[in-house]
Amino acid sequence: MGRHFSTKLLSGLALATALTAAAIASPASAANLKMAWKQDATGLDPHKQPAFSSIRLLELIYEPLVRFDKSLTIVPAVAASWEFAPDAKQLTFKLNPAAKFQDGKPVTAADVKASFERVLDEKTAAVARANFLSIASIETPDDKTVVFKLSQPDVPLLAAMASINAAIVPAAEITAGTIGTKALGSGPFKLDKWEPNSKETLSANKDWAGGKVNIDGIDISVLPDETAILAALRTKQIDFALINDPLVATLVPKETSLILNRAPVLAYHVLQLNASRKPMDNLAVRQAISCAVDRQDVLDTASVGEGKVTGPLTMPGYTSDASTLFCYKKDLAKAKKLMADAGFANGFSATVIAANGEPATAAAEAQVLQSQLAEIGVKLNIKMMELNVYVDTWLKGDFDMAVALNGGRADPYPMYNRYWTKTGNLQKVAGYIDDTLDSLMQKGRVETDVAKRKVIFSDLEKHLVEVSPWVWLYTSYSYTAQQKTVSGFEPTPEGSLFGLTKVKLN
Amino acid sequence: MSYLARRLLTFPLVMLGVSILVFFAIRMIPGDAITAMLGTEAGLLTPAQRESLAAYFGIDQPILIQYWKWLIGVFQGNLGISVIHGKPVLSIILERFPLTLQLALMSMVVALAVGLPAGVFAATRNEKASDLIVRVLAMIGQSTPNFVVGLLIIYALSAGFGILPTMGEFTPFLTDPLRNLGQMILPAITLGFAFAASVTRISRSAMLDVLSDDYVRTARSKGVPKRSVIWRHALPNALIPVVTLSGVEFGYLLGGAVLVEQIYALPGLGRLVLEAILQRDYALVQGCVLFIAFNFLVVNLLVDLLYVTLDPRIRLGEGG
Repeated sequence: MGRHFSTKLLSGLALATALTAAAIASPASAANLKMAWKQDATGLDPHKQPAFSSIRLLELIYEPLVRFDKSLTIVPAVAASWEFAPDAKQLTFKLNPAAKFQDGKPVTAADVKASFERVLDEKTAAVARANFLSIASIETPDDKTVVFKLSQPDVPLLAAMASINAAIVPAAEITAGTIGTKALGSGPFKLDKWEPNSKETLSANKDWAGGKVNIDGIDISVLPDETAILAALRTKQIDFALINDPLVATLVPKETSLILNRAPVLAYHVLQLNASRKPMDNLAVRQAISCAVDRQDVLDTASVGEGKVTGPLTMPGYTSDASTLFCYKKDLAKAKKLMADAGFANGFSATVIAANGEPATAAAEAQVLQSQLAEIGVKLNIKMMELNVYVDTWLKGDFDMAVALNGGRADPYPMYNRYWTKTGNLQKVAGYIDDTLDSLMQKGRVETDVAKRKVIFSDLEKHLVEVSPWVWLYTSYSYTAQQKTVSGFEPTPEGSLFGLTKVKLN
Repeated sequence: MSYLARRLLTFPLVMLGVSILVFFAIRMIPGDAITAMLGTEAGLLTPAQRESLAAYFGIDQPILIQYWKWLIGVFQGNLGISVIHGKPVLSIILERFPLTLQLALMSMVVALAVGLPAGVFAATRNEKASDLIVRVLAMIGQSTPNFVVGLLIIYALSAGFGILPTMGEFTPFLTDPLRNLGQMILPAITLGFAFAASVTRISRSAMLDVLSDDYVRTARSKGVPKRSVIWRHALPNALIPVVTLSGVEFGYLLGGAVLVEQIYALPGLGRLVLEAILQRDYALVQGCVLFIAFNFLVVNLLVDLLYVTLDPRIRLGEGG
C-alpha cells in the first residue's frame, strides 16, 4: 500500500509539474513587447479621456499637432513646424507631408480643423475645451497649412496643444460618429484588440511618419495587483511594466535581471486648505499650518523618500530652490505664535479627506500630517474615501482640508488657471483667490518673453506659498520596470509611454 | 402546490427587490459615470458639456423613469449596454461566467477533498494529539484572509522557484484544458484554503454528534467494521451541515471572488462587478448583481432539494 501511495504521489507531482510548465510556456511572438499595468484605459475617445491610465494608451495610437520631449521642449508630431504671429494672436502650423492615419489616408488641414472644432463643440464634452477658448477661427489655406486666429494673445496655447486631449482625428470618423468606438489615429501603434480591464494588443504602424518602431507590437495585460506585476517581471512573463506604488518600485532594483526607470513628474502632492471655511479663512492659521508641516518628513515617511520637496511650480525651467520659500523649513515656534495671534492657541478640529489608494501614499500622507499638525493643537480627523466619492466631494469643495495629488503641466498657466484666476473653473475647489494672484496669472498668459514670464510666475509662486491656501508637499516619480533585455526606453516628466517607440528587444 | 413551484414563484419577487435595491443604491453613492471617467477634470465641464455627457451615459432623466425604462428592458431580456465595454451587458456577463463557475467548482473540490477527510479523521481521534493538530490548522486556515494566502503563494513561487502561472491572458478550458488548469489551480487552492478549514471544522463536529448517536452504537455493537461505521453509517448523516455550508459558500463564489481574481488577474465576475462599480457603469453593475442574485437563488434551491436526497426523512415545505 505504501508503494502504491508513493506511485500515486509521484504521478500527481508529475501532473502538477506538467500543468505548471504548460502554464508558463509563452505563445506570444518574440518581437512583441509584453507589458503590464495596473489600471486600464477607460475609453478610446482621445478628446474625452483625461485619466493618465487612458492617455498612456491613447498616446501610442493618436498624435497631437506637437508633443513634449523628455526635457519638455515642444517638438513636432503631426505638425512639422509652427509660428506665432508677433502679437501672439495667430498661430500657424505646417503639417508633416508624410503624416498618415492608420488607414493610409494622409492627415490634412481639414482633419486638424475638424478635430479642434470637435473639441470646441460643447456637445462633445471635450475635457480640454477650456484651454482652447481663445481660438476664434481656424483657416486652412491649403491641405498642409492650418492657421488658428485667436481672440486674444494666448502664449500657453501651443503647450496646451501638446496633449493627447487635443489629438488629431480623421474628419471622416468625426462625421461618421465613430470616435471612441474605433481607434484610428496617426500614431506609432495600431490598436488591434481591446478587452477593457483585461488586455490590449497593439501592432507597430509601419507607415508612421515619426520613424521606424523597433518592436512588432505590444501585448498589454492588466494586472490589478502590483505585487503580482513584480512577480510576473521576476519570472520573465513580461518585459516591461508600469508601477505606481513607490514601495513596490523600490523592490525592483533588488532583482538582478530588472531595471527600474525613474523620472520626476510634474504632478504634486499637496495638502489643500479650504480657505473659504473657518478657521482656514484666517491667513495666520493657514501660515501656521504651513510652518508646522515638515515636508521632507511627509515625503520620507509616506513615500519612503521617493520624491523631492516642491513649491507650486514643478516644471523644469520654472522650479525654484524650495528651501528659500516661506516656512519650507519647519518652524514650530513660529507656527504656535501664529496660531496664538489668530486666537487659536488651543488649536481646533478639522476633517481631512483623502482617496483610497489614489495616490498609493494618500493614507500615509494624511497620517503623517495628522501627527505633525497635532503639535500645534490642530486635531485632524482623516476621512478616507473611494476615489469617485472623493472626486465628487472635492469638486464640490465640500472639505476642510484635502490630501491630493494634482496633475502638473509643462507651463504654469494651463496648470493653475483653473485654480488661481477669478474665473477659474475650479475656484470653488481652490477655496482662495486674491487680486495679486489673478493679475499675475493674466500677465503670465500674454507675456511672450520667456525670461519675463519666468519672473512673473516666480512672483506668483512666492505669493502663493506666503498666503498658503494650500501646502505644497512634494513631487514624486513615475516608474517603469523592465527586463535587462529591453533597451532604449526614455521616461518623461509627463509619465508618458511614448518612449516605447524607441525600445529594442535584445 | 408543490414546494418547488412555490419556491420558483418567489424568484421574480426576490429579483424585483434586488433590482430596486441595486438600482437605487449604486446611484446613491456620490460620484457618477462622468466623474468616474473625467476624475477631477470633470470640474472643467460647462453645464452644456455636462448635459451632453449625462445624455450619453443615460443619467439625464429622472431616476424613476430611468428605472422604469431599464426594468422594461430586463423583461425583454435586455440588460442594457455597458458604457465601458460598449457591448450588451448580458454578453459580457456570459463571457466572464464560465471562469467564475470553474473557479467555484475547483475551489469546492479542493475544499471538500481536504476538509472532509480531515474533519472525519479528527472526529475519530477526538481530543487526541492528532485531533488537536487538525483543529489548530483549521483555525489558522479559517483566519488567514485569502488575499494573504494568494500573495504568499505568488511570492513563494516567483521568488523561490521562478515560476508563476500565466497572468493577464486567460485561456478558457475548452481552448486548452492543460493550460487552463495550470492557470486555475493556484487561485482554486487559494480560495479553497479557508473553505477547506471551515469544512474540516463543521464536518468534525457533525461527525462527533453522529458518532454518539444510538444507531452508530448499535452498528458498532453488531460488529460492523470501524471503517464501515464511519464512512457508510455515520458520514451520510453528518453531511447535512456540510452541504448547507457548501451551498452557501458556492452561492457566494458564483458571485465572483473579487480579491483572488484581482491578485491572479483573472477576468471573472468579481472583478467585473468591482470595476463596474468603480467606473460607475450602472447598467453593468445592475446586470451583474441581478445575475448573481439569480444564481444564488438557484443554488439555494438545489441545496434544499439535495437535503431530501441525503435524508429521506426531510419533507420540504411541510409544517414549520
